Amino acid sequence: MRVGVLVFPGTWSHQDFAHVLGDVVRSPWGFVWHKERSVAGYDCLILPGGFAHGDYLRCGAIARFSPVMEAVVRFAKEGGPVIGSCNGFQILCEAGLLPGALLRNTCLQYRCQWVHIRTENRNTPFTRRLAPGQLLRIPISHGEGRYYAAPETLAAMRARGQIVFRYATADGRVTAEANPNGSLENIAGVSNEAGNVVGLMPHPERAAEALLGSQDGLPLFLGAIQTVR
Amino acid sequence: MRESKAITPDLIASHGISSEEYARIQGILGRDPNFTELGIFSVMWSEHCSYKSSRVHLKGLPTQGPCILQGPGENAGVVDIGDGLAIVFKMESHNHPSFIEPYQGAATGVGGIIRDIFTMGARPIALLDSLRFGPLGDPKGRYVAGGVVAGIAGYGNAVGVPTVGGELFVSERYAGNPLVNVFCLGIAPKERIWLARAGGAGNPVIYVGAKTGRDGIHGATMASEAFAEGSEERRPTVQVGDPFREKLLIEACLELMAQDVLVGIQDMGAAGLTCSTCEMASRGGVGIEIDLAKVPRRETGMIPYEVMLSESQERMLLVAKRGREAEVLQIFRKWDLDAVIIGRVTEDGMMRVKEGGQVVAEIPAHPLAEDGPVYRRCMARPDYLQETERADLSCLPVPRRLGEVLIQLLGSPGIASKLPVWRQYDHMLFCNSVVEPGSDAAVLRIQGTRKGLALSADGNGRYTYLDPYEGGKLAVAEAARNVVCAGARPLAITNCLNFGSPERPEIMWQFAEAVRGMADACRAFGTPVTGGNVSFYNETLGTAIFPTPIIGMVGLLEDIRHAATQWFKAEGDVIYLFGETRDELGGSEYLKVIHGLETGRPPRLDLDRERAVQAACLAAIQAGIVRSAHDAADGGLAVALAECCVSGPEARLGAIVELRGEVRPDALLFGESASRILVSVTPADADRLEAVAATHGAPCVRLGKVGGEELILKGRGFECRLPLARLHDAWATGLSQLLE
Repeated sequence: MRVGVLVFPGTWSHQDFAHVLGDVVRSPWGFVWHKERSVAGYDCLILPGGFAHGDYLRCGAIARFSPVMEAVVRFAKEGGPVIGSCNGFQILCEAGLLPGALLRNTCLQYRCQWVHIRTENRNTPFTRRLAPGQLLRIPISHGEGRYYAAPETLAAMRARGQIVFRYATADGRVTAEANPNGSLENIAGVSNEAGNVVGLMPHPERAAEALLGSQDGLPLFLGAIQTVR
Repeated sequence: MRESKAITPDLIASHGISSEEYARIQGILGRDPNFTELGIFSVMWSEHCSYKSSRVHLKGLPTQGPCILQGPGENAGVVDIGDGLAIVFKMESHNHPSFIEPYQGAATGVGGIIRDIFTMGARPIALLDSLRFGPLGDPKGRYVAGGVVAGIAGYGNAVGVPTVGGELFVSERYAGNPLVNVFCLGIAPKERIWLARAGGAGNPVIYVGAKTGRDGIHGATMASEAFAEGSEERRPTVQVGDPFREKLLIEACLELMAQDVLVGIQDMGAAGLTCSTCEMASRGGVGIEIDLAKVPRRETGMIPYEVMLSESQERMLLVAKRGREAEVLQIFRKWDLDAVIIGRVTEDGMMRVKEGGQVVAEIPAHPLAEDGPVYRRCMARPDYLQETERADLSCLPVPRRLGEVLIQLLGSPGIASKLPVWRQYDHMLFCNSVVEPGSDAAVLRIQGTRKGLALSADGNGRYTYLDPYEGGKLAVAEAARNVVCAGARPLAITNCLNFGSPERPEIMWQFAEAVRGMADACRAFGTPVTGGNVSFYNETLGTAIFPTPIIGMVGLLEDIRHAATQWFKAEGDVIYLFGETRDELGGSEYLKVIHGLETGRPPRLDLDRERAVQAACLAAIQAGIVRSAHDAADGGLAVALAECCVSGPEARLGAIVELRGEVRPDALLFGESASRILVSVTPADADRLEAVAATHGAPCVRLGKVGGEELILKGRGFECRLPLARLHDAWATGLSQLLE
């Protein structure tokens, strides 16, 4: 079982994922450079946060054309578990692996803060270790995290259980005040139809050690590792 | 502009070169300079690059210490923290560009200081900013503040270096001249520190990074002049930042430094190619010859003068080992960065600049870099001090409603919560942020060890204005106190010294006195100066800013589990004050906000007392008995207590406190006597805390206990009861109302 952590030029959360994989959950991992054309040898892929290719254009719009993305799409279509956090989520949407898009926060500013998210779907490799409705205390850090999908897409996603996480209050209520960026229906994370590809704006790697204030992100890592084992 | 431009007295004067300086140039060259050479001398000998007015005073700062691996003189200071690791840190100002173009001015300030850190082989892991703005009720003040914060966020977030803390203060005195001081810290294996020096005749000189354009020409010179009307027209002297390219440079350079292919490396910051070339040659005792025809450019028709003086961002100059060029170029190709061999190291000590086959500038590198003019400028004690020192504050009326005063102070922008600013910055990247912004100091864990670092930036311009010597001392003391409150032992400092024009004797006197105060305090705390930056000419239309020395302090926690925060933790805990409150209102935020006065003498700092208080606090934290520790500074004890109640990220806790003492109630509550720390402990540990204080000779008084839904402050002749929600609202909305 080996986890591949993708690195685009401008990616910056890859070291943090590597740290959690290597030092906290102690699972084999490797970096995958964006110019690679194959992801052979990896059983799970992580697209980390950052500003791939600078994101001077729409977030993720250039990264989807990086050479490695063809291999990522193949891996995902074959059912391989793929998770994108923050910029990784944006890239997965741009690449068409996930529905919807991530727009500029309604406050028009970057937001780095702790939020709570409620687990809406446990039927993915990454969320199977979570309890139904489990609340996670976890950081966000983005300027463009407002989830949007067309009404009919959203209805279909709802019907198929593709909404994986919603922003919520500390006691689990999905309210406007709990929504840090204006996402439709407080959506913080979604999956593809098959459930093997998940994207979320929050940073699970920043919530993996008690010293840093939360270990709520750990089950996502453990779920992925367990699946493949 | 053509190369052959005649050297006239007007041209010399327009380059800010005096007739004595011109004679010195003639002496070094043995002839008249040509136009390109004149430009080169003008930037290297600008105040910004040469420190010609400050150098004689900076010599008084202590720079040695057992853990100092590299003091001033390189791109950044280096301190040994054990476990085979070193920290590399420095602070720099970007005041002038930030006034002209707030977003890019601040953004490129962040970019510049980050380059100083990774140039030395360290991965940059933390930023702090010290900001000073004019009143935010004023549209211009709000525009500058908003632009600066957005610029720091825009660059820092994208480049991937977390902004873990900082400070912000607002005063009319910064309306025409904001301050943007950025601190950066990196971490590196101790044996892998790189220096900015060339060596080995014949070794290739390689240009890396962004292409050269006409932006920022004479930026260093601009930073060496005061503003007059029409400063906005100077916008072309501000550079435009590209955080993405900088991120690529960080990764490529660190990858390169892990190989055995480099001799030396320096970033192109102020004075661009000129500064990096002659400084690397000078430090290495060699010469460098470069050919400008090979320099990648993004504009056509640039003359040598412009190429040499451009301050285009995100560029590095490096000297590689001969024969290893291919490996160097290969790494930069991987990161899609321009890398071109533009010259070679020579033995003759000359900085020789060619354009194609023709020599366009030829200057001995060492005299250019090191033998610039040094001035012992006239100094005079400013007249205003006679008035401020004599101000009789005892005749001020004591406000009747002291609770309302506290509410007003909590909402003043210097004291109110800075959350509206720091939530725009990624402050958690790299998974090190054990204490996030909002406490006295930021605390980072050091991965792979049990250790941690505490970082703080501090400085009070009003104190320094009212007594420059004490202001310098107080800045160092507060910075040290802040890292102590976080549980760390102060290690070393960097600094930014922001002053008006050194050509005015009163300003020079303020500068010399402030530096003397800093030096005394640094010696007392055993925290040497590892480098820093002087920013003069911070004035517009003849009005200078408050003289503002900003201290960037780094402290070490041997055990990260001892990291402490400022907010109360539990009902029933006992509150103590280390230190004493005297009848001191001079220079306080209270005096300014409530009485509209900026006068008197700043609080008196007794260095022995300060050391005792810090030692007691640190010992108590390390003994594991302190639940919270908070420096009582701006706004005094009442504000500090209110912050202990409401500044925590989760629950708010009330307190009942009784303040005794012979001082007037407003001084007791809002006076800013130095050397005071509020701590809370469980009742079971109260005796131990008192014993620790006694051991270190620190005054220690029990003030009250944590609990309830109000902050209750009692004393002789007053009692204030303030609901937590009111305190929190005032504190939380004070700044956001002004910024949004």
